Amino acid sequence: MSEVKKFLYVNRKAPYGTIYALEALEVVLIGAAFDQDVSLAFLDDGVFQLTKGQNTDGIGVKNFSPTFRALGDYEVTKLFVEQESLDERGLTTDDLQEVTYEDEDDDWAEKPSIRVVSRAEMADIMANQDVVLSF
Amino acid sequence: MSTLHTVNKSPFATGALVSCLDHCKDGDAILMIEDGVYGGLTGTTVADRVQQKAGSVAIFVLSPDADARGLATDRLLAGVNGVDYDGFVDLVADHDRTQAWL
Amino acid sequence: MKFGVVISEGPYTHQAADSAFHFVKSAIAKGHEVPRVFFYHDGVNVATRLSVPPQDERNIQENWSALAKEHGVDLVVCIAAAQRRGILDDNEAKRQGKDASNIAEGFRISGLGQLIEMGIQTDRLVTFGD
Repeated sequence: MSEVKKFLYVNRKAPYGTIYALEALEVVLIGAAFDQDVSLAFLDDGVFQLTKGQNTDGIGVKNFSPTFRALGDYEVTKLFVEQESLDERGLTTDDLQEVTYEDEDDDWAEKPSIRVVSRAEMADIMANQDVVLSF
Repeated sequence: MSTLHTVNKSPFATGALVSCLDHCKDGDAILMIEDGVYGGLTGTTVADRVQQKAGSVAIFVLSPDADARGLATDRLLAGVNGVDYDGFVDLVADHDRTQAWL
Repeated sequence: MKFGVVISEGPYTHQAADSAFHFVKSAIAKGHEVPRVFFYHDGVNVATRLSVPPQDERNIQENWSALAKEHGVDLVVCIAAAQRRGILDDNEAKRQGKDASNIAEGFRISGLGQLIEMGIQTDRLVTFGD
């Protein structure tokens, strides 16, 4: 594609209470086919989207958290998670599911997709985009 | 390279404004729209934080939304200015990207 | 300059569709282009032609349909979000075995790719939502 833009999907809402997290993920999956430079940002309540152990049996809603682990297959490999947002919610990276991708430029080595960044780094990431889609 | 941030939530209902203030960079602009305009008021629990940013970040309220809610101009923080929809359009055009703090 | 617009909340409950409407009107009046508006999440509900607001209220759907007609704005409703919420065109109604369609004039149902394409092809993207 002639023009590659930097797309940032900003996730600031928790899953299940509203549909935003799920429908954001649907955009990411479709958007992956467009070969753009894609990053996902998780901050504020958005960090709750990535927690381990989600079980939706009792609410009759599809558990979409395993889909994050498939993002690597779509070449979506940059999931930025804000440290301060985790801290404020009593979470550590141990509470998050493991999301990895295989790096084709490094003999398909398995690498973590989740990168924990500081609030200041998150601000830099946001300021370095062409298109910001907020959910 | 700068960003126009839009905030459409009352700061007393969600953390959107505070999160926006914590992530915006010098030279950016913040436009408060819809219920976001309450963030531009004087005498509130967030007024100090907004005022502090107003030196390095241009802060606006969408006047039609402020008017609809009966917010007189003299209730707005110093350095927080009103714009109409044409001004909103100019702000979008003048910044490299727009980020909505929904 | 080319502006893309996303509306991600439904009409009447939220102000998003109204704010976006005023923004788009101003942008066009100032000489900018708004080639497409993309309706997502509950924003797809703007596209039903079956809403009947009181006569002394603005009709959000009709406002958008008129704007699309006058200025050639492509009003795209996300198909996945629309199907969840019961917004159908004739083709989809037939395909899904439903007895009616409800999409208003000037709106069309298409995929999320149209949102990404809009992000690629416009100079600015502005989101109105909740």
